[in-house]
Amino acid sequence: MRNALSKKIVDIEPSGIRKFFDIVNEMPGAISLGVGEPDFDTPYIVREAGIYSLEKGRTFYTSNAGLKDLRVEISRYIEKKYQLEYDADNEIMVTVGGSEAIDVALRCMVDPGDEVLIPQPCYVSYVPCAVMADAKPVIIELKEENEFKLTKEELLESITDKTKILILAYPNNPTGAIMTREELAELVPVIIEKDLFVISDEIYAELTYDNTHCSIASFPGMKERTVVINGFSKAFAMTGWRLGYACAPKQIMSQMIKLHQFAIMCAPTNSQFAAVEALRSCDEEVRKMVEAYNQRRRFLLNAFKEMGIDCFEPYGAFYVFPSIKKFKMTSDEFANRLLAEQKLAVVPGTAFGASGEGFVRISYAYSIENLKVGLERIEKFIGSLRNEG
Amino acid sequence: MREKILNMLEKNSRIDLKDMAVMLGTSEAEVANEIADMEKEHIICGYNTIIDWDKTSEEKVTALIEVKVTPQRGLGFDSIAERIYQYSEITSVYLMSGGFDFTVIIEGKTMKSVAQFVADKLAPLDSVLSTSTHFVLKKYKDYGKVLGEPQKDERILVTP
Repeated sequence: MRNALSKKIVDIEPSGIRKFFDIVNEMPGAISLGVGEPDFDTPYIVREAGIYSLEKGRTFYTSNAGLKDLRVEISRYIEKKYQLEYDADNEIMVTVGGSEAIDVALRCMVDPGDEVLIPQPCYVSYVPCAVMADAKPVIIELKEENEFKLTKEELLESITDKTKILILAYPNNPTGAIMTREELAELVPVIIEKDLFVISDEIYAELTYDNTHCSIASFPGMKERTVVINGFSKAFAMTGWRLGYACAPKQIMSQMIKLHQFAIMCAPTNSQFAAVEALRSCDEEVRKMVEAYNQRRRFLLNAFKEMGIDCFEPYGAFYVFPSIKKFKMTSDEFANRLLAEQKLAVVPGTAFGASGEGFVRISYAYSIENLKVGLERIEKFIGSLRNEG
Repeated sequence: MREKILNMLEKNSRIDLKDMAVMLGTSEAEVANEIADMEKEHIICGYNTIIDWDKTSEEKVTALIEVKVTPQRGLGFDSIAERIYQYSEITSVYLMSGGFDFTVIIEGKTMKSVAQFVADKLAPLDSVLSTSTHFVLKKYKDYGKVLGEPQKDERILVTP
C-alpha cells in the first residue's frame, strides 16, 4: 500500500502543549494554571439566546458569511470599541473561532515561497497554518527586555524581498504583552513602505488592562492591507461555542468567504444567534469580567514579586509569563519538575516558540482561591530548588 | 475606589485586606481607611454569612409575609415599619409598591412558631389590615450565591 499521508502534514511538529497535556493527564490529582480559556460561564443572557434559537427551531444554515444581524452587530461593535469601519455586507465574515480565520486568511493571501513573519512567543497555530498554506514561516524572536513587543528594528531586520505577511497578535498569548497606539505607530510606516499585509489576531482585545486596545487597522493606510481577527471566546467567555470573525477589505474578504464556503459552509447557527445577544447586551458583564481578571493579574504579579520570581508586567489577555532563568533549568524541566513534585501544571514557554525558553506561561483564568493554591505549590517548589542550589 | 471595595466585600466579606489592596492596586492602609469610614457612615452595615441551613441539623423555617397596613397620620409607613422590625425573629422588612405594603421576612424554628408569631404579634397590631404568610420550601440561590453543591471546573487542564 502506498503511504496514505501527505509529507507536508506529517512533517509539521505537533504542538508542544499537546505533549505536555498528555503528561499532565497521566498525573492523578494534578491541578493546573495552564488553561487558555476563561473560567467564567458564558453570561446567562447569551446562553438563553442560544436556547431560544433552538426552541424556535432555528437549526438551518446561515449565509456563508454569517447571519446578517450578527455581521451588522459586529460592524457596530468594532466601530464603537476600536474605531474600525467595516461594511457588514462585504467586509465581515463569521468563522468557526478565531482559529479558522487565521487559517483561511493565510491560505487566501500567500503563494508558495512567500514569507510570513511570525513574532514569537505566540499562539501555536500560526506556523503550522503558514506551512499548510505553502508559505515560509519566518520567526522573529521577541525579547523580554522589550516586554515582548515587536520593535521597528526587529521588523526591518526580518524583511526580505519575499516577505508578504506580518502576523501581529496583541494582546498576546502567551506573554500577556500589549502594543499601545504609539508603539504600533512605529511599525506602520515600515509596513506601508515595504508593502506588507498584516494579519492582526485581536482575539484578546477586550482583555486589556489600564489601557484601551488599539487595532493596527485603525491607522490611515492600514485597513486596506490588514485582516483583523477577533471573536467571542475570550471577551464573552464563549470558547465552546466556536465563534470568531474576520474583517478585511472586500477584495480579500470575497476570497476568504469562498474558501470558508467550501471548507466550512457556515459557522454554527445556534452560536451565531447567541453571539448577537452577546454584542447587544453584555457590556456590563464584560466589564465585570475584565475587572476580575485585572484584580487577579495584580494579585499574581505581587505574589511573584514577593517570591523573588522575575516577571515583566503584562497588560493584556489572562496570562503572566514569568522568567525562570535564575533556577538554571529549561522551561520544560521546570514545568515537568513542578508537575512531578507539586502536581501543578504550568505551560513551558517553549510550547510557544524557541524564544519562550526560560519562561513559563501561567494563566489567571482561575478564581483567587485556586490561584492561591497554585501559588503555594510554586512557592514550595522554588523553596526546594533554592535549598538544592 | 469605594465602589470597587464594596463590590469585593459584597462577594466575600472575609477577603484579606492585603489581598484586596494588591488586587485593587492600592495600599492596605487606604483600603482599611475606606472600610473604616464606610462602617462609620453606615454604608457598610454589617458582615453576614450565607449559610445553607438545610445541610445542618438545625431546624429552621423562613416565611415571607405580605402585610397590608394603614399608614399613620404624619408618620406614614415608617413608624409602623419600626413596630414590626423590632422583633428579633424578623430578618427583613421592605416597603413595597403594588398590591400590599410590606414584605416581612421571618425566621423561626417551626412553621407553628411562625404562624403563632403572626397570629399573636403581627396581625393584631392596630395598623395592620391583613397578612398573608408564604413559607419557603427550598432555597436555590441566596444573596447571589447558588446553594447546593459547588460547581466543578470541567475545563481541559492544559490548552493553548
